[in-house]
Amino acid sequence: MSHDDAHGGHGDHDHLPFLAHHFDDPEQQFDSGKLGMWLFLVTEVLFFSGMFCAYALYRSLHPEVWTFASQFLNATLGAFNTGVLLFSSLSMAWGVRCAQLRQRTGLVISLAITLGCASMFLGVKAIEYTHKWELGLLPAGAYESQFLPGAHHAGLSSWLYVLSAVPALCVIGFGIWYGLAMVKKDKQTSEIAGPLLVTALCYFLGVFIGVAFESAEAGEHGGDHSVAAHATDDHSGDAHEDDGHTTDGGDDHDAATDEGHSDSGDHSSDEPDGEHSEDQASHGAPPGKLVSTEGDGPVVPGAPREAEIDQAGGAGLFFSIYYCMTGVHAIHILGGMVVLTWLLVRATKDHFNEEYFGPVDYVGLYWHLVDLIWIYLFPLLYLIT
Amino acid sequence: MSATATSANYSQPDSDNFLINSKGFLSWALTLDHKRIGLMYLIGVMSAFFVAGILALVIRAELMTPGKMFLTNQQYNQVFTLHGAIMVFLFIIPSVPAALGNFLVPIMLGAKDVAFPRLNLGSFYLWVTGAIFFLSAMLWTGLDTGWTFYTPYSTTTSGPVVAATMGVFILGFSSIFTGLNFIVTINTMRPPGMSWFKMPLFLWATYATSIIQVLATPVLGITVLLLAAERVLKIGIFDPQFNGDPVTYQHFFWFYSHPAVYIMILPGMGIISELMSVHSHKSIFGYRFIAYSSIAIALFGFLVWGHHMFTSGMANVTTIIFSALTFTVSIPSAIKVFNWLATMYKGTVQLNTPMCYSLSFIFLFTIGGLTGLWLGALSTDRPLHDTYFVVAHFHYVMVGGTLVGFLGGVFHWWPKMTGKMFSEFWGKISCLLIFIGFNATFLPQFVLGSRGMPRRYARYVEEFQELHQWSTYGAFLLGFGLFVALGVVIHSLMRGRKAPPNPWGGATLEWQCTSPPPYYNFLNPPAVNDPYDYLPLEYRDEERGWEYVRPEAPSVPTSEPEPAKS
Amino acid sequence: MSEHASTTTADNHSHGDGEHHGFSHPMPVWQLLAVFFALIFLTILTVYQATFDLGNFELVLSLFIATIKASLVILFFMHMIHDKPLNAIFFLSSFIFVALFLGFTLMDAHAYKDDIELKEIDSPRKVAVDVAEPVQ
Repeated sequence: MSHDDAHGGHGDHDHLPFLAHHFDDPEQQFDSGKLGMWLFLVTEVLFFSGMFCAYALYRSLHPEVWTFASQFLNATLGAFNTGVLLFSSLSMAWGVRCAQLRQRTGLVISLAITLGCASMFLGVKAIEYTHKWELGLLPAGAYESQFLPGAHHAGLSSWLYVLSAVPALCVIGFGIWYGLAMVKKDKQTSEIAGPLLVTALCYFLGVFIGVAFESAEAGEHGGDHSVAAHATDDHSGDAHEDDGHTTDGGDDHDAATDEGHSDSGDHSSDEPDGEHSEDQASHGAPPGKLVSTEGDGPVVPGAPREAEIDQAGGAGLFFSIYYCMTGVHAIHILGGMVVLTWLLVRATKDHFNEEYFGPVDYVGLYWHLVDLIWIYLFPLLYLIT
Repeated sequence: MSATATSANYSQPDSDNFLINSKGFLSWALTLDHKRIGLMYLIGVMSAFFVAGILALVIRAELMTPGKMFLTNQQYNQVFTLHGAIMVFLFIIPSVPAALGNFLVPIMLGAKDVAFPRLNLGSFYLWVTGAIFFLSAMLWTGLDTGWTFYTPYSTTTSGPVVAATMGVFILGFSSIFTGLNFIVTINTMRPPGMSWFKMPLFLWATYATSIIQVLATPVLGITVLLLAAERVLKIGIFDPQFNGDPVTYQHFFWFYSHPAVYIMILPGMGIISELMSVHSHKSIFGYRFIAYSSIAIALFGFLVWGHHMFTSGMANVTTIIFSALTFTVSIPSAIKVFNWLATMYKGTVQLNTPMCYSLSFIFLFTIGGLTGLWLGALSTDRPLHDTYFVVAHFHYVMVGGTLVGFLGGVFHWWPKMTGKMFSEFWGKISCLLIFIGFNATFLPQFVLGSRGMPRRYARYVEEFQELHQWSTYGAFLLGFGLFVALGVVIHSLMRGRKAPPNPWGGATLEWQCTSPPPYYNFLNPPAVNDPYDYLPLEYRDEERGWEYVRPEAPSVPTSEPEPAKS
Repeated sequence: MSEHASTTTADNHSHGDGEHHGFSHPMPVWQLLAVFFALIFLTILTVYQATFDLGNFELVLSLFIATIKASLVILFFMHMIHDKPLNAIFFLSSFIFVALFLGFTLMDAHAYKDDIELKEIDSPRKVAVDVAEPVQ
């Protein structure tokens, strides 16, 4: 939308190359675009409201199911992703400032960081999704009860490779493009290809961090079998102490410390071919807390009430809504990445200045809204006690 | 000032007229000119109307006899679904806002174009894409859910629900972007001197419509998206099989679709406000009341959606609240009708074709509106729900209101759009045929419904046959009348006399440029007067139409206030 | 990035919005950073408060914190404090309609919730187990 008024002005507006013919001056054009963007955000709010409505409805009707099912979400990863999105919002806002002050390099860097954060967010999300698919934590129609012998997983871990195929191709493609640009000493092209390469790589950084967090938590719980033993009574306190603890690391964006964790327990995504017991223990933290490590029977002795909740139906609804909300949000991130790339290209051409920074501002508004939705999604989905 | 300024705008060279200033297929397919986009929409929505109209005749023909004529039950379901869905999503919703609105909004503002011309073209192609999606999905294997896609039937039927809902999704975005464009255009591109209360009432109605489009349509988007996910991924939000709640689906659906009823009727009301004033040559009565009532209808429209669900399993307390709220909508609607009537009082009413259509509108819309009160009242809705009474009621509003208003608008602005005058005599004949045909079709349906004939049934008991036959004869007369109307406009394109810039004596800005307008609309921003002040206009002759003269006294307001910023 | 931007804009943000010609309101760097760190702090806070069992109050509190965060983003990152009031009215009024939508739908569903109860769904794995069990 933001580019509708971008091109088109020729003729009588020679000194203002991006002023469309039907506007009197740049300010009118900017105001129109801005109002249009705010209205678009209104439609986005109402678009998401449908899913928030479904969420509020089923949570208020079955609060116990929500509390139960939410444990399967990894709050550490959620908090980390919140930090990533907030940082991308910062860099986007900074980019708007750079555009308004005609700082070309600053704008390019800001946009590159925003793109990179977006990509990292998706990488973490890919880990979260594929991990849940493995465990059978699927939408209502395909949801698999967590209190049944869990040997027969759908074997969906290969989904991670499927999801990563496009980013991998992007890495190769942008790498080649960047290399060619460097060889040709084409500065402007390299300024586009470079950030895009970094963006594609950031996806894998996100995947890596995701694996590290998942397995760090799995490792902690795997070693601490006592958690599983008294699952019903105080597991919630336990789990959230852990969450709070690891989140501090996540918010500092300190990937280095997380890598340390990953070495200790990097077995969550590979399917071990051992017995059921080890299999279940390794399946990430939350199920590890619930599913007894020695129980092969259909119902876990330590957690009768949760098994009841799980089997009463309704837990799948939580995951339906989880996938809908985060999935539509992720689609918005992808859309944002497309327009950010378009901005990046225009930024390298030095199109933006104090009279004409509308597109950056509009995309910024959109990007902040995507962040805003996540700000609500995070506590609503991940932090239910 | 106004006299000289406007005559300058009259004298544009004919080669600048937007229909012929550039030629070739691409000059239309890729045009950013709002007038061309409006005309393309007009052709598009009329084609959709043609298809859905034929389907309506098929339905009526099938209902000639109580037993089977030529459709099986399943085919009957598919035909009425196709009729309803095409009429609602492809015709009525885009008809006035997208076709006439695109043409008129910038010209009435004295602007060169809408705020986002590319987005405008984009909405048109979204409409085309959605239409192709929608039609192909429904024609391929046949959709039989009704246009409402209620769960759980829509999650279990073998029909192409996913493809159809994706079509609806795309059409929804077309509608959203059109509305967004108009809101921004009206907010930021009003000319100097045109404050909010100097805007033509058609713009107020369009603005109110656009607000609904922007606020309600996204909810339809997410509803159909979740419904598609329901079919593909079995998410179970609406599907009782997985602990979902089908009544929630209806809440979601009607949160859009009831306000959508006002998307359909409000622009029609805007047209009538213009037509009543122009063809009575009298300033509109109660300008502010009409303007505010448009906004009020738009906002109240969001409070009443539950009256579609009184018998769907809603809780008793909710039905009572929604029933009470429903009556609030009748207040602004009644305000409009009274003001239109008062506008005609002591006016110089000329029974031109557009005026005939607007009188029909008032008559038919009033019946439609008043029967709506019966359906909004809980006690009477219980027996009348899902009977032919409902069918008759909403056809009186949608066809008698929107379609008749749309036709009146098309005839009113046809000279402006094409530069050709149509045959007044045959135009009035078409109006008469449509009026009689329409009433013959739907008045019997009120009786049928109140006697208990359910809607959406392919077969019925014999005692209803006579009324059904009346209805069918009426439908064919209505169809014939519409063909006459089509013939009138096509004849005018070939044989019509050249239209003067201002054939009716309108005072809104679109009458200040040539017919058809040049591609840039106005060389200089036109002088803004009271849009309903007819004193400075005088009829010359058939060639020249109405022209501005400066009366001796009272003088035309010439002061130009500061640019009104929103 | 921060070094780059702050060095090149240090002279600009000192005289802020007033002297800047045109219609743009570049945000001072300190504001950007302050908002960002406030947001991070609130994120940590919300994660921390989730470790306490506060019952129903927990939802209210976490939504309250989320709303503070959202307001910070809207006011500063989205420049609403410098924006035209009309834009703010449009955007904020959308929440009225969201409330309307949620309010009526929830009210209704709660009024008839006693007529509905959860039912067990045969998950694919359970079906597999049921089939497999006789063999074992």
